[in-house]
Amino acid sequence: MTSSDGNLLEVKNLRTHFDTEDGVVKAVDDISFQLKRGETLGIVGESGSGKSVTNLSIIRLVPDPPGKIVSGEVIFNGSDLLLLPNDAIRKIRGRRIAMIFQDPMTSLNPFMKISKQLMEMTQLHLGHSKAQAYDHAVRMLETVGIPDARGRADSYPHEFSGGMRQRVMIAMALSCEPELLIADEPTTALDVTIQAQILELIKKLKRETGTSVILITHDLGVVAGMTDHVIVMYAGKIFEQARTAELFSTPGNPYTKGLLRSVPDPTDEQGKLYQIPGLPPDMAHLKPGCPFAARCDYAQDICRREFPPFVKLNQDHHSLCHFAREVYTESGGTPVEA
Amino acid sequence: MSTEKEPEPDDLVHIGPEMAVAEADLHPDDAFVRGTSLWRDAWRRLLKNKLAVFGLVVVIVVTIASIIGPTVIQHTFGFTPDYIPTHDQKLTKSMPPFKGPNNEFSWLHPMGTDNAGRDQLARVLQGGQISIFVAMVSTLVSLLIGVSYGAIAGYLGGRIDNVMMRLVDVLYSLPYVIVVIVLLSMFRSQTPRGQLTLLFIALGSVSWLTMARIVRGQILSLKNQEFVLAARATGVSTSRIIFRHLVPNTLGPVIVYATLTIPQIMLTEAFLSFLGFGVQPPLASWGSLAADGVQNIAIFPWQLIFPGATMALTLFSLNFLGDGLRDALDPQMRTV
Repeated sequence: MTSSDGNLLEVKNLRTHFDTEDGVVKAVDDISFQLKRGETLGIVGESGSGKSVTNLSIIRLVPDPPGKIVSGEVIFNGSDLLLLPNDAIRKIRGRRIAMIFQDPMTSLNPFMKISKQLMEMTQLHLGHSKAQAYDHAVRMLETVGIPDARGRADSYPHEFSGGMRQRVMIAMALSCEPELLIADEPTTALDVTIQAQILELIKKLKRETGTSVILITHDLGVVAGMTDHVIVMYAGKIFEQARTAELFSTPGNPYTKGLLRSVPDPTDEQGKLYQIPGLPPDMAHLKPGCPFAARCDYAQDICRREFPPFVKLNQDHHSLCHFAREVYTESGGTPVEA
Repeated sequence: MSTEKEPEPDDLVHIGPEMAVAEADLHPDDAFVRGTSLWRDAWRRLLKNKLAVFGLVVVIVVTIASIIGPTVIQHTFGFTPDYIPTHDQKLTKSMPPFKGPNNEFSWLHPMGTDNAGRDQLARVLQGGQISIFVAMVSTLVSLLIGVSYGAIAGYLGGRIDNVMMRLVDVLYSLPYVIVVIVLLSMFRSQTPRGQLTLLFIALGSVSWLTMARIVRGQILSLKNQEFVLAARATGVSTSRIIFRHLVPNTLGPVIVYATLTIPQIMLTEAFLSFLGFGVQPPLASWGSLAADGVQNIAIFPWQLIFPGATMALTLFSLNFLGDGLRDALDPQMRTV
């Protein structure tokens, strides 16, 4: 039952909940999206909006307890990852779906040589012998632009800088040529020049290997330059989903508008930086109605009473808002009839 | 619901990734040239600690002397540790140190002889062999069981952790010495070697409890580090994560605690032998030698003093060494 429409990954109605002392936190609440082969999907949102949990759910790494994938399907290459036995999912992790984490300082084992950590991947998944794996590790380090890769391979992580460690992480993630690469805020912990290098590297490797990428970030600039589609998440929900260019030009959700307004504009040095008022809601005690209502410029009575509908604005542009059409029209778009 | 009591912060030595970060932050320029200096750093700090160096030297000297001593004595003076002179029993029994048969000065028995006429020095050295051997083997057993047990409990967490650590609590609450005594007397072996094996089992089986707790505590703090998630995300199996990724990271505290376990076990062994449950003659340990010496303490004090002093010196040294190692491996002491 391979999907014929070229979808590599299809997430359907995914719900991941956390049992906390405060009550159940619906960190991911009814999320659905698709990712085609070779495409890049951006997931943006504030801290705590459920971006990372969504992706940990995909490869079933949500810490359990307290987390639990309550329902949903994650169809990867035609099979539901959530139904696979543990052994099978382990063979997919790293081999077919690889992950890059936020903080390169802590995501490498401080007690293992770089080469050893890289070799582990290919020995595990590709059945390489020690020598093969070592050569492969060195080759991967060269690919990600580590100078003197052979000499550096036997270093320990603390001998590398943050940017180099992130390169190592990328080398590790790509060493089995996965079909899907999940990059969870790969540049957040790095300074701006290194950020650009790392993003450029991911782009280049993606071009060369044809890997699909899910890029989680809260940096809209990164999304604009890297992705084909964007999902905006808030309070565990998808607030808006669109092609990247469309989302930036004609946002259909007040939250997205707020996010876009709060990006600093380098040509306007005098202006005050815009900031969405208020704080993200307490996820354990969500009120009925729209979780964004309290912070929203467009909020009406209905927003505080009723949960907003997921409005289809055009073929692949959806927005979770009572006034999605109005906002979309205001941005200059023409919504299709439902 | 009572949760597992965490080891005191003082007992824990962190040589986790945060240290590597801190190092790089402190010396951004030489972070590269310093190379793999983790152990070299610790070694340097250890060498600065005079007591620890003293302890290290004494431990090495005593160990080497115990291993080769009896053989050297046999070759120079011609008697084994259990050689009992028969030609003139009255004169050679319980001879004071440095005295010959005719009360003249002699190098023959620097520690005197015991009440059977055996050379005290050779006995003490042979006793050292057994004492050190027992302590080492039991510590190894405690390392093996304690580290794996603690690591598994800590990493798996949840109900498994609960059950495993409650079992440790139960074993902890048993009166340790009494359990060992019961074990040793119930299965009392006919041969001295059998009794020695039994001693290993008895000591090893109870000495891993604290080690398990320490390792579990370490693993608990380590397992939430991102590199564990990263390893899981690359499909590494649970057992590999525990033993290849996590356990090496707990090495610092484990080494420190192991050095402190050795004297502890040595003391327990001496105590048991003193009571007559441990090492059986003709084998000797410092404890059994002291037990023999105690019988004649008023008349022939050297029979107690020499084995006792040797043991005390060794125990002191091991403790100094352990403390020194702890300080040397403690990242909080790094700025010193």
